[in-house]
Amino acid sequence: MKAPETFETPTAARVNYINAEYGVKSWLLTKDHKRIALLYLGSISVFFFIGGLYAMFIRLELLTPQGDLLSSTTYNKVFTQHGIIMIFFFLIPSIPATLGNFLVPLMIGAKDLAFPRINLLSWYIYLLGGVITIWALLAGGVDTGWTFYAPYSTTYSNSYVVLTGVGIFISGFSSILTGLNFVVTIHTMRAPGMTWFRLPLFIWSHYAASLIMILGTPVIAITILLLAFERLAHVGIFDPANGGDPVLFQHLFWFYSHPAVYIMVLPGMGVVSELIANFSRKNIFGYKFVAFSSLAIAVFGFLVWGHHLFVASQSVYAGMIFSFLSFAVAIPSAIKVFNWTATLYKGSISYDTPMLYALGFIGLFTVGGMTGLFLASLAVDVHLSDTYFIVAHFHYIMVGGTLLAYLGGLHYWWPKITGRMYPEGWGRFSALVVFVGFNLTFLPQFVAGYLGMPRRYHAYPPEFQVFNVLSTAGASVLGVGLVIPFIYLLWSMRYGKRAEPNPWHLPGLEWRTSSPPPTENFYATPVVTWEAYEFAPPEEMQVIGRMRGEGLEVADAVIEGE
Amino acid sequence: MAEGVTAVHEASHPALQHHFENLEQQREAGALGMWVFLVTEIMFFGGMFLAYTLYRSQFPAAFASASNHLDLKLGAINTVVLILSSFTMALAVYSAQVGKQRNLIVCLILTIILGLTFLGIKAVEYHDKYEDSLIPGKLIPGRPFSPGVQEHGAPENKHNLHLLPGATVKNVEMFYWIYFAMTGMHAVHMIIGVGLLSVILFWSWRGKYGPEYHNPVEISGLYWHFVDIVWIFLFPLLYLLGRHLEHM
Repeated sequence: MKAPETFETPTAARVNYINAEYGVKSWLLTKDHKRIALLYLGSISVFFFIGGLYAMFIRLELLTPQGDLLSSTTYNKVFTQHGIIMIFFFLIPSIPATLGNFLVPLMIGAKDLAFPRINLLSWYIYLLGGVITIWALLAGGVDTGWTFYAPYSTTYSNSYVVLTGVGIFISGFSSILTGLNFVVTIHTMRAPGMTWFRLPLFIWSHYAASLIMILGTPVIAITILLLAFERLAHVGIFDPANGGDPVLFQHLFWFYSHPAVYIMVLPGMGVVSELIANFSRKNIFGYKFVAFSSLAIAVFGFLVWGHHLFVASQSVYAGMIFSFLSFAVAIPSAIKVFNWTATLYKGSISYDTPMLYALGFIGLFTVGGMTGLFLASLAVDVHLSDTYFIVAHFHYIMVGGTLLAYLGGLHYWWPKITGRMYPEGWGRFSALVVFVGFNLTFLPQFVAGYLGMPRRYHAYPPEFQVFNVLSTAGASVLGVGLVIPFIYLLWSMRYGKRAEPNPWHLPGLEWRTSSPPPTENFYATPVVTWEAYEFAPPEEMQVIGRMRGEGLEVADAVIEGE
Repeated sequence: MAEGVTAVHEASHPALQHHFENLEQQREAGALGMWVFLVTEIMFFGGMFLAYTLYRSQFPAAFASASNHLDLKLGAINTVVLILSSFTMALAVYSAQVGKQRNLIVCLILTIILGLTFLGIKAVEYHDKYEDSLIPGKLIPGRPFSPGVQEHGAPENKHNLHLLPGATVKNVEMFYWIYFAMTGMHAVHMIIGVGLLSVILFWSWRGKYGPEYHNPVEISGLYWHFVDIVWIFLFPLLYLLGRHLEHM
């Protein structure tokens, strides 16, 4: 098959976004979405490392039934900080702020996001929030759990609740700005011919995730603000001692924090849709279903928060409705899983590293989703609430889902981002190590939780030790599996094989410019005349270039004339 | 920037940013961006409206008593001031669209003055509440929340709260907490709005806006109207609801 025509810069003028300018200032003041994506990539990696350290302490403490390594107070802080760092400073920005930032304009044929300065601002806001949070951790940390439940957080905790809250409050605005930028960009900046149903599914899922960022994040912002003031002023709406209602806090908190799970996993689903279609060399099965299921998840995701309150004095009738809706949100998720699987059928599958991660995602996300149905059932949830079953469930979604998709996407677009190939052998090896390590870590936790091991304690009855030893062993394997890519990806930035513009021979727009792309992404504004994932014979794939500055009429004429 | 790329740049309006194809696209993006931002603002205020609704229905007597103690006259004047400011803002946008430079500047100045008037009146109201020791909690050193309560038959004191049957001082404090959170957050938005309009005023002075390019005036207008609308909801909820109960 002939490689599709490209919009890349002629070799003579091969200036790309990395070598266009040099110096620290050119990075810190950049308005290029690709450079900002790299800034985000660096900073979320630091936060991932910190969050990982906390995870290591948790697993080491739980190796033995006695609370011997960490005191109960320290342990409370460690799991709280693991949660806060991983959720607010790694998982939520992970795929959108790095891969999304890099790829949304490239995939729709735009020169940049709609608001480049706001994009840079969002990184600084994220960093400011992160620094304040780290400051809170160094000052003594916070022990409320990442959920900040009142009245413990408003009144009784002796830790740095307000400072951490301020950090999260600030970083929330970076998420809002990213979401806002994506929505506006996808609406107004698509290249001529890039209709809504020609958009790669990565864009659809980012659009859906952006809606949640826009609608949900402001609610957690005001909630945390009110909580912080309540703690400072000893008056307010959450603490019963002040006449308030702690369940109101839980409602407001989960109104954001449940949809936030979809902020984490929807972009991951977008990555996996790309990987499955492209490594099967086949159009995705049921494009529109996969596209609209993202929106359905975003909509339903806002109506299920009450399933976190089944045991928190919520009325049983409200519980029944929330239970029903939580089952309903499984439908669009299942549509995706079925359609990915159907896409594989009779595809020309190649098992490159990104595909291994994508296949791993399907399996682990399915387990995570199915166990979610247990928790959506009113009666079963009473038994499983606050046990390790929950811990295992959401790690299957957040780590097995989001992290695997993130790693898969990072490998897949690594040649485009850096202009270098990663070492394929090491890639496949570490993908398998991650998969094995992950399952070894979290499968035993389902059993321990089902048998009644509660979460958030540093000591536990000895009969649970076998599960915890397995889990800690798995965490070590997982740790190794994550360090390997960290090393070889850094190595490949300098020593990796130079990447072609289109190393995987794919039709998507991001592969029709040089690797790495020039600052303005495309030499000329692309005109799109093909469908997404169109692996059609080359003679049917018309690609018409247009020099910037020519009128739009030319492009319209070409499209109509087809 | 790469030379090969700049070579094909079109010569066009100086306000056109490099990553947009034309001014129309830039205008659309800016307007949509502001609308989306306003949606986030609705959700932000929504959390407080929810808290208000919940506790209003839980403590109706206390909320009515506390609400009756707010200064209806100042609140009403402020409502009129804000609606007027929305009117002058709309005129400013119109003037920019039709290219009436002098009207644009006059209308912007009027809008800013009306905005500052609102904030001034709000400050007077806040000060009154301070005088009556109605600032919730112990936020203000030396002035904890400790309002005087009008006893039955005692001489009338305008600083005192009239508690309706069933109302407690503790729940009145809850009302004032929500009152200060909502109006305070609204005032912060007003201050940002005045700052925003001052920047727009500066650029209008420099003659940046005209029929061809007036996007920033328009989207600042959107923001200004939004902040007004928030007040249009706050005024009846905080000042008016339950006022008739006083005379029953």
